[in-house]
Amino acid sequence: MVNQLGNYSLYIALLISIFIIIKTSLSFRNSSNVLSGNIFSLISVQSLMVIISFLTLIYAFVTSDFSNETVYNNSHTTKPLFYKISGTWGNHEGSLLLWLLVLTIFLFLFTIDSKNLSQRYRTLTLFFQEIIIFGFLLFILYTSNPFANIFPIPPEGTGLNPILQDPALAIHPPILYLGYVGTSIIFSSALGAIISGSVNKSWASHIKRWVLISWVFLSIGILLGSIWAYYELGWGGFWFWDPVENVSLMPWLCLTALLHTVFTLEKRGTFQSWAIILSITTFSLSMSGTFLVRSGILNSIHTFANDPSRGVFILCFLFVLILISIFIYFFYQKTITVSSTKTFLVSKETAVLVNNLFMMFFLSVVLIGTVYPIFLEVINNEKISIGPPFYHKLIIPFLIPFLFFMAIGPNIKWIKDKMGKINLKDIFIFIISIIISYIFVNKFGVSYLLSLPLFIFSLFLFFVTIRDFFGKNINISQKISHFGFSLLILSILLNGVLAKEHSSNMRVGDEIKFLDKIIQFQNIEVIKKQNYQTLIGKFSIVDKNNSLSLKPEIRIYDQPETITSEADISSTIFADNFLVFNIIKNDGFYNVRYQIKPFMIWIWISVLLISLGGILSLKKKNV
Amino acid sequence: MSKNIKLISIVLFALFSFFILLKGLDKSNIYSPEIKESNVDFNFKAKYLFSEEEVFINELLNNEGMSLINIWASWCSPCRDEHAYLLNLKSLNKLSIIGINYKDDEKNAKQFLSELGNPYTNIITDPKGINSIEFGAFGVPESYLIENKSKLIIQKFIGPLDDKAFAKIINIVQ
Repeated sequence: MVNQLGNYSLYIALLISIFIIIKTSLSFRNSSNVLSGNIFSLISVQSLMVIISFLTLIYAFVTSDFSNETVYNNSHTTKPLFYKISGTWGNHEGSLLLWLLVLTIFLFLFTIDSKNLSQRYRTLTLFFQEIIIFGFLLFILYTSNPFANIFPIPPEGTGLNPILQDPALAIHPPILYLGYVGTSIIFSSALGAIISGSVNKSWASHIKRWVLISWVFLSIGILLGSIWAYYELGWGGFWFWDPVENVSLMPWLCLTALLHTVFTLEKRGTFQSWAIILSITTFSLSMSGTFLVRSGILNSIHTFANDPSRGVFILCFLFVLILISIFIYFFYQKTITVSSTKTFLVSKETAVLVNNLFMMFFLSVVLIGTVYPIFLEVINNEKISIGPPFYHKLIIPFLIPFLFFMAIGPNIKWIKDKMGKINLKDIFIFIISIIISYIFVNKFGVSYLLSLPLFIFSLFLFFVTIRDFFGKNINISQKISHFGFSLLILSILLNGVLAKEHSSNMRVGDEIKFLDKIIQFQNIEVIKKQNYQTLIGKFSIVDKNNSLSLKPEIRIYDQPETITSEADISSTIFADNFLVFNIIKNDGFYNVRYQIKPFMIWIWISVLLISLGGILSLKKKNV
Repeated sequence: MSKNIKLISIVLFALFSFFILLKGLDKSNIYSPEIKESNVDFNFKAKYLFSEEEVFINELLNNEGMSLINIWASWCSPCRDEHAYLLNLKSLNKLSIIGINYKDDEKNAKQFLSELGNPYTNIITDPKGINSIEFGAFGVPESYLIENKSKLIIQKFIGPLDDKAFAKIINIVQ
């Protein structure tokens, strides 16, 4: 019964979508004011319908209504309530409904937020956004309806994949989606602005907020996913260059470039084309992300849809949108008025341009690394696997100049600045960075690609961003974000260089020497929990001064039957002690992996700082 | 003019990507947890269904040719559906079919085989289901096509075998 309610609200939302698309497209001809009360209330009703259907699905999950096929496939009565709720978006159908929910709510907020802007621009944006909503509604209703029924009603569900039963992962998809879907508003608005010829400073200051919101959510969403991988997958890393991770990184890179472009457009009225192209690209990348993840074309942990018809639908929809936007861009390119103010080589504009070019380079590397294997397999039937070495070798050499420009860029003035401004302080900081890096690299015998210059420039950026906090430039949000970024690079470097790992097979009672520490396997305990059984191993790590007790777990879930390893991690501000163990055979031996990961916590903190900068920037009226 | 060339080349490139991705969809991959192929551990002992002896799976894979490891149980109804395919595959010379009897009662398992026929070269039991999980199995039925020499999993079939999977196995083996 309740199930049908959700289903019908989606159909109503679809009808509203069609109505709005027709109504707005008619209004282009007679330029009537359609955004009067009527359309606005329709948008509100549409959002309400989607909210209702989403709540219905949550209700079905909470009450374990197995007449609903989605619930049957992804839930189980013994699952804790928290994971019943998060199970709503932990599957293909539900996650698409979440996409749609965010799409409609964002459109609703946009309509309220843009009251002061020109009618034509608002109508156009509404038109494009409704097309996207329409596409998603069709997709949901015809290929992946979350309200499909099964009869006879099964007594019990098949359960949620246990590796998805983790708090970080429960909130990771909604946050990431807010970021992804936020780019749809940017896309629609960019198309609206270019057609209505209003790509200017006031558009920039309006869309800037949406760019910031998407960017902040995307950053935090990626962070949560990364934290989940670190704690749950037990591989002891936080970034694996997995295609699905890349797919979230690509819109982020693009959005970062767009963010800087929009700031410039707002201040100086230049880079209109950059802003439009980046807006279109960012959304296309988000959509391709959805396509790559949902279609099952990639071999990855995130693929749970394997119905090819779904893939075909998103792919066609994606390319229709891309082609439309390409044509619109070329057709209306002339409406972009090139600003008459001259800019000089040494200016902040150039710095932003350099930033964009670097971002585009990083983006291309990630894009090629992700998509090339698919292309090659189709054309040549050859399987290749692209791993971290590819990304490291291509990104690191370009990261070095990027870090340098990032250190000097923010201090250059708009329009024109003097070359000879390089002051003694900068040189002093640079020399100090060289000395510290030299000592460090030699002491720890670090030897990988360009390690010395990489250390020098990341330290240089680190010191410069710290010094900038005391500068008279008042843009605190930018400082925090840039400082966060320098901290991120530095922590990743130190983490990569200083990490130590030991892996061996142990039985209860065994002791192993590693560096100056002794790893003791003391005992093992079996506990029955609500929907799994857990083996808790008790280990202690003893060194000269103190001992540390770690209790990793092996969980055996019943529904579906799966074994997962929960690492135990003890974090301090200097390093993480990471211990994970696995069953080998039934002969009492366990594979025990112990890792020391220095500065791990700073990686999380630095990403939070980067996002914090964005949040602060949102709060301020005039950045 | 140059604008048009730009537009056309971008559109052509987009269409090219579209068709490549469209074709790529046919080769959908199924993710299987922890599949580092070289790491698949065949080195566990299990009891034969029809005798009390124990054997390492490794030893069953030591001839030339290929093996199809099929995880099944008498209580699983899709297993019944795929049984005909397995019986047909039995005739392939280069392929040995190894059954892993998953969480099953031995009596029921033997009953199942005498009723429907026995396609397996060897059957081992996995009463607790631990060994199957070590393979990365999701559930029953599931089949893995393995090259004996390299011990590499060539193809995984999750769920019951069907016409498509059947044709694929014959294709690969021959």
